Amino acid sequence: MKVLVSSQGQTLDAALDPRFGRAACFLLVDTESLEYSVVENFQNLNLPQGAGIQAGKTAAATGAAAVLTGHCGPKAFDVLQAAGIEVVVGASGRVIDAVQHYKNGKLETAMAPDVEGHWV
Amino acid sequence: MKIAIASGKGGTGKTTLAVNLAASAPMPICLLDCDVEEPNAHLFIQTERIQRYPEGVFVPVIDTDRCTLCGKCETICRFSALVIIGKRLLAYPEMCHACLGCMRICPEEAISPGERILGDVVSATFGTHQLIWGEMRVGEAMSPPLIEAVQRMAPDDRSLLLDAPPGTSCPMIAAIRDCDFVVLVTEPTPFGLHDLSLAVETARHLKIPCGIVVNRAEKGNTQIQDYASREKIPLLLEIPFKRSYAESYSRGEKLIDTDPALKKAFTGLWEIILKRGQEIRRAS
Repeated sequence: MKVLVSSQGQTLDAALDPRFGRAACFLLVDTESLEYSVVENFQNLNLPQGAGIQAGKTAAATGAAAVLTGHCGPKAFDVLQAAGIEVVVGASGRVIDAVQHYKNGKLETAMAPDVEGHWV
Repeated sequence: MKIAIASGKGGTGKTTLAVNLAASAPMPICLLDCDVEEPNAHLFIQTERIQRYPEGVFVPVIDTDRCTLCGKCETICRFSALVIIGKRLLAYPEMCHACLGCMRICPEEAISPGERILGDVVSATFGTHQLIWGEMRVGEAMSPPLIEAVQRMAPDDRSLLLDAPPGTSCPMIAAIRDCDFVVLVTEPTPFGLHDLSLAVETARHLKIPCGIVVNRAEKGNTQIQDYASREKIPLLLEIPFKRSYAESYSRGEKLIDTDPALKKAFTGLWEIILKRGQEIRRAS
């Protein structure tokens, strides 16, 4: 299966970005082969509001089964739910660590957003 | 004539100036408190005949039976208020900036107008003057539509004095952009000067003439005066830094009732502003 991880860099060794909507970029990782591709998030970094919604849409377009990130706000969570994507929050360390922990069942599925939205 | 009282920095004395200037007006005027996130002019004014009008703004309502998920509304919306995920069009009304683009572009007429409550516009009288202010709903993030609603309620047969919200972003611009003259209130501190220069840039960009009032002015501190002469902006008034003024403010009183010298100064400020208004009218 493929998971989308919010990342501060473009390799599996990069640090996971705790922000979902305003993540530096995303890595779409195959949990079996560990092959991955980079998914840009440029547009969202510059949005005044609504980054979570757009990031959720980006995630839906990749076909990922799950999103691994640090925190997820209410709108992003709502979009990911609508897209049928599993949301995993509380991930940290390197991207590769988050993927391994997810595979080993060490990370739990979020049932609700874990942070408030960011109004300016 | 429509005169705005604005500042870059918050807490420099916009409302103090607005309330005292309104009470010193030589003719009946209407004071518009456009700081809808924290209106406080009415705290210093004995108002009568208070009337409240709830104010709302357009939000899209989707008819899912008609929607074909063509995505045109999603593309036109710059604020992600409408998003298609899978086979569903999701609406986020709190993101909507009420441009109505989605409703106009929808080929299926699947979007109809709904309403999000922004807050109240409140109208009252004091003496021969009128006071109108906005009170934004707690939790609402977008103030410009309510600021515009306050201005729509203003009478068109008298001069308007407008107390603007602080800063130089959308709310401040929504308040000052139709004004004939902007009075910029500042304090003689580095922060006051910095934000004053931002407000001056904003007024210049909007092509609105401005003048400066220094509040809490101290002898020997001339940074604002130096800036004003450098930029060739008229210095309209200096309100000295006095404990008695702060005490009067804390009791909810007007400064002109505390110090007769100030009453005279505010009358003088009206003369300058009205003369400036005549010049503008002659020029246009």
